[in-house]
Formats: sequence, C-alpha cells, structure tokens
Amino acid sequence: MSNKIVVGYDSSDSTKATLDFAIGLAKSQGAAIVVAHVLEWSPYSFLTPDELEERHKRRGEELERAETAILAPIVKSLEKSGVKVTTALKYGGIADTLCDIVKAEGATQIVVGRTGSSGLSSRIFGSVAGTLAQISPVPVTIVP
Amino acid sequence: MNKTFKAAAVSAPAMLAATAPALAQSMDQKINDIFASSTGWFVSFIFSPFPGTSFPWIVAWLVVAATIFTIYFGLIQFRAFPHSISLVKGDYSDPNDAGEVSHFQALATALSGTVGLGNIAGVAVAVGIGGPGATFWMILAGLMGMASKFTECTLGVKYRNEYEDGTVSGGPMYYMTKGFAERNLPAGKFMAVLFSVFCILGSLGGGNMFQANQAHAQIANVVGDFPGWITGIVFAAIVFAVIIGGLKSIASVTEKVVPFMGVLYVLTALVILLMNANMIGWAFGQIFAGAFTGLGVAGGMVGALIQGFKRAAFSNEAGVGSAAIAHSAVRTKEPITEGFVSLLEPFIDTVVICTMTALVIIITGQLVSDPATGLYLLDEGGATIQTIDGNKGVALTSAAFSASFGWFKYVLAIAVILFAFSTMISWSYYGLKAWTFLFGEGHTKEIVFKVIFCIFVVIGASANLGPVIDFSDAAIFAMAVVNIVALYFLMPIVKRELDSYLSRLKSGEIKKFH
Repeated sequence: MSNKIVVGYDSSDSTKATLDFAIGLAKSQGAAIVVAHVLEWSPYSFLTPDELEERHKRRGEELERAETAILAPIVKSLEKSGVKVTTALKYGGIADTLCDIVKAEGATQIVVGRTGSSGLSSRIFGSVAGTLAQISPVPVTIVP
Repeated sequence: MNKTFKAAAVSAPAMLAATAPALAQSMDQKINDIFASSTGWFVSFIFSPFPGTSFPWIVAWLVVAATIFTIYFGLIQFRAFPHSISLVKGDYSDPNDAGEVSHFQALATALSGTVGLGNIAGVAVAVGIGGPGATFWMILAGLMGMASKFTECTLGVKYRNEYEDGTVSGGPMYYMTKGFAERNLPAGKFMAVLFSVFCILGSLGGGNMFQANQAHAQIANVVGDFPGWITGIVFAAIVFAVIIGGLKSIASVTEKVVPFMGVLYVLTALVILLMNANMIGWAFGQIFAGAFTGLGVAGGMVGALIQGFKRAAFSNEAGVGSAAIAHSAVRTKEPITEGFVSLLEPFIDTVVICTMTALVIIITGQLVSDPATGLYLLDEGGATIQTIDGNKGVALTSAAFSASFGWFKYVLAIAVILFAFSTMISWSYYGLKAWTFLFGEGHTKEIVFKVIFCIFVVIGASANLGPVIDFSDAAIFAMAVVNIVALYFLMPIVKRELDSYLSRLKSGEIKKFH
C-alpha cells in the first residue's frame, strides 16, 4: 500500500509553510499528498425558507469555487515539485471531516497548519489543530 | 444612516402618540370597522355550525381528517416516532450529502414558521374561552394532527418542482396538479388555484395580521397604550427591508435567535411548573374535568372542545398545507422520510409548547372560579372566563408568567416580537409561493405581493383582536378545506411509499450511516 499524507488546507497565510513541510516529508518518504479542503458546515444550523430553497444551488456553486479557486492552483504548484497529488473536498466540521478523509484515503499521517489564535477564542471554541491532535487516528504534525 | 432610522422609529411613535391621540385612535377604529365589515361574510361561512348545533363544520372537518389519516396509516405518529428522531439526528443521512438541506434544518425552519404566537397568545385565547378543558382537546388534536402533517409533507417532497438551477418549489399546489394528473383525476389544477388563493389570504391573515396585532398588544402591555398603526408601520418597515430590500441579515439573525427564545420559553415554563409542582396534579384534574364537563365555560364541553381543536389547528397548521411548502426543500431520495420528520412538528408545537403555556396559565390561577361550586365565572358578555386582571390573549400569558417572574414580561415581549417576525417571514414565503404559482414568477409580480403583505402588517396592528383572529382562522382553515380533499385522493400514494420504505428498512436495504 502506498504511503499517503493528508494535508489540511484552508488557504490562509500559514499554509505556505505547511505545504513546504509536507512536500519535504512526501519526497523523503516517497509518499503521495492528499490536499484536503473542508467547507465548514453543520446540519444543525438554522436557515430561512429562502436559504433552504436555494441550498442545493449554492452548494454546487461553493464546491465549484473551492475546486477552481483554492484546490486547482495548489495542485498545479505541487505537481511542479514532482510530488503525486490528489484532492479531497468535503462539507462538515473541520477536524472530524479531516479524520474521515484520512480513513477514506487510508493515509498514514496528517499535516495541518496552526491558525495562531490564542487566548479567549480558542479557549471557548477550541482550535482545529488542537482538536485534531486529540481525535486523529494517525500521527498529526502541526506546522507553526 | 442606520442609527438615524432607529432613532426616528423610536421617537416618531412617541411624538405622534403625544400630539394626536384622538386622531390616532379614531384611525385605528376606522381601519377596524372597514376590516370587520368586509371580511365578516367569509368568516361566518367558514365557521358556520352544523344545522341545529353550535359545532362548526370546519372543526369536524379537520378532526375527522386527522382521525382518518391516523387509522389509515396505522397510528403512524406513534409507530414511526423513534425512527423520526433518528432521521432528525442524521443517523440515516449520507455523509456525501453534507452541505445539502438536512432533515433537521427543514424541520427547524418549518417549526419557526409555526411556533409563534399560536403557542403563546392562541393558547391563552383557547383557555380564556374554553377553560382548562380546552387543553385536553388541544393535546388530542395535536397528536392526531401528526398524521395529517405526515401525509401532506410526504406529498410535498414527492411532487415538488426541481428546477435546472437547483432551486426547488413545493407545496400543495404542486401535489394537487402533478399528483392528480398521475392518478388521472380531474380538477387538480382547479384545486391548486383555489388553494393558492386561500394560501395568500392565510399568509395575510394568520401569518401576518394576527402576528402584528399580538406583537402590538405585547409592546403596549410593556410600554403603555399607544395606537396600533404606529407599531404596524415600524413592523412593516422592517418586513419591507427584509423581503423587498433583501436585508437577509435581519432574517438570519431572527432564524438563529428564535430557537433559543423557544427553548428559553419552555425552560421558564418548566421552572414555574416545578415551583408549583404540588399543583400539577390539580391542574391536570382541571384539564380532564373541564374536557368533559366544561366547568361552567360558555358552551360547556363542546365549547371547550371547539376552542381546543381550533387553536391546535391554528397553532400547528396540520392539514393546512403550509408545512408542505416549508418541508419540500430537504435533500432526500425518500420523500417519506420528510413525512416522518414533519410529524414531530405538531408534537413539539402543540403537545409540548402549547401544553406548557396552558399549564402555566392554569397553575398560576389566572382564571377566576367560584370557590363554592368550582365552576369558572364568566365575563359580562358571557363568552369568556373572568381573569384576575381582565387580561386576554397574549396579555394573559404574560400575566401568568410574570406572576412567578416579574421580569419575564420583558423577555416575553422580545420573544413575541421575534416569533411574530419569524412567522411573518415564513408566511410571506408561503404566500409568495402561492402567488407565483397563480401569476408566474417575475420580479414585478413578486414585488406587488410583497408590498401588499407589508400593507397588511399595518392593518393587522391597527384592528381589534376579535375581527383579526376571526379572519386569520377563517383564511387558514379555508386552506385546509382544499388541502384535505387533495390528501384524501392522494393518500394511497403515501401508503405505497410508506409500505415500500418500511419493508426496505426491515430488510436492511436502508441502513444507518452513523
């Protein structure tokens, strides 16, 4: 079975370092990279009747935008570095969904960036990296 | 800009109320007179009793329908209850469909259209006229109504229109046209048109004027009396901003706050009940005794029954057809699953929330009874029960909750305004769906309806409670007349879906994802 590394990618500033780290890791281990992007979504949120009516349409638009504006450019630049790349695009809670992707892909490790938020907000809401460290089924590398 | 608008909105009523109270009151009166005289015939037709009795045929119509659906689907509301909960929890949702409308979301949106003043003010009206016994009939009607809701929401999803751009439109007008055509029945189109007309009236009545009226009553209860048309104009301006101006932020804030208000309301009611725990047995005694004897209310047992059934139907809208519009946006391969989910709606709305309100009113002793006979004393007119401070409608509920927590009347005032607002937004959507079904989609056509809707906010806030309630009830029940006829003809289709689904569930073909 080939070695796969899931990279949680959210197009923020810190992810440049995350990607560089993952590329280095993939090259040294001969692994492939799965760039995973999660669109945050809760099936228990509240929507107005208008939003319900348009949800299916909006979902299509959101997926397309994420595919073309976020994932496509990153795949291009990764392929340049000679690493084998695939993508995963899902809706859900970020940490949970990343774990689901790891299981579905049969990946052996996961690399995520740190948002750098500290203090009150992360105490109340938690952070993706912190949660992932708690619940991930495979080793997690958190890149600052 | 925003600030100036708010300041103007606040100071204008105060100024107007101070300078021209006489003029303002007479304007309310004028609106009320015109409104009462122009809708009277419609109201008396819908509520005309069976010859020789005082029993309105429309109440029998709803109850008979709910009973037939309950029997035809073999007590589906009790059999499928646990499965409904699993569906809402998402146990059967495909993770690959994440990002689509979930069962929970369809239910929550439909609930925020129905949970509202019916649960707060409507129950007070029922108990104020029909006594505690009305509660018993209300709960019974709520339980039976679950089967009606199941039927109509399954059909709503099955026969919705899905357009190429991915948006959906559903509701009784679509199952009337498509379902009737599928079964080779005539008059589907005619019924759809009739339903749409009544749906528009219902959206202007119960979904709009009753809400505006009671919101005004609640504000006046807190800040002191002032003319209703002022509240009406402020409300109309906000509704205008949302449905015409596209200020989605107001609507989505409301959608998020309303569920919390609902939970807070139920929790407060529970606390009051626990504080008076020794009286809960007595309250249920009153409810049962009143259900079968009336305990002196006008019309006796039948009076209690009519009030209970009427307010339950008005509150949970089972059989009316509105929920079929709200539920039809869910993403599912099995229309019947949305039927299962929707049957929770009358349960939450009527069996839980309405009963809470009624118990609090009864337990806090708002209704005046004769200590010697135990019978309730009636007002001078002989129609309503005397209350401690002469309150009725939402003011009665407010007084009952404030008896335990003085501050609750402010919370309730905010809750009432938010509930009223979210119900208006939901019903403006239902009305608009009926409107576009009749006249076709198009920007100008939609604006015309939305402007009419805003005008009725002002009328509703200005008119007296009596004519508004009568018209609201009449319009909503008129929807049920057409809708239930359609449900009778289409229920074999629901039965087929149900049997097929249940057998696949049993065989394991439909399985849990989580």
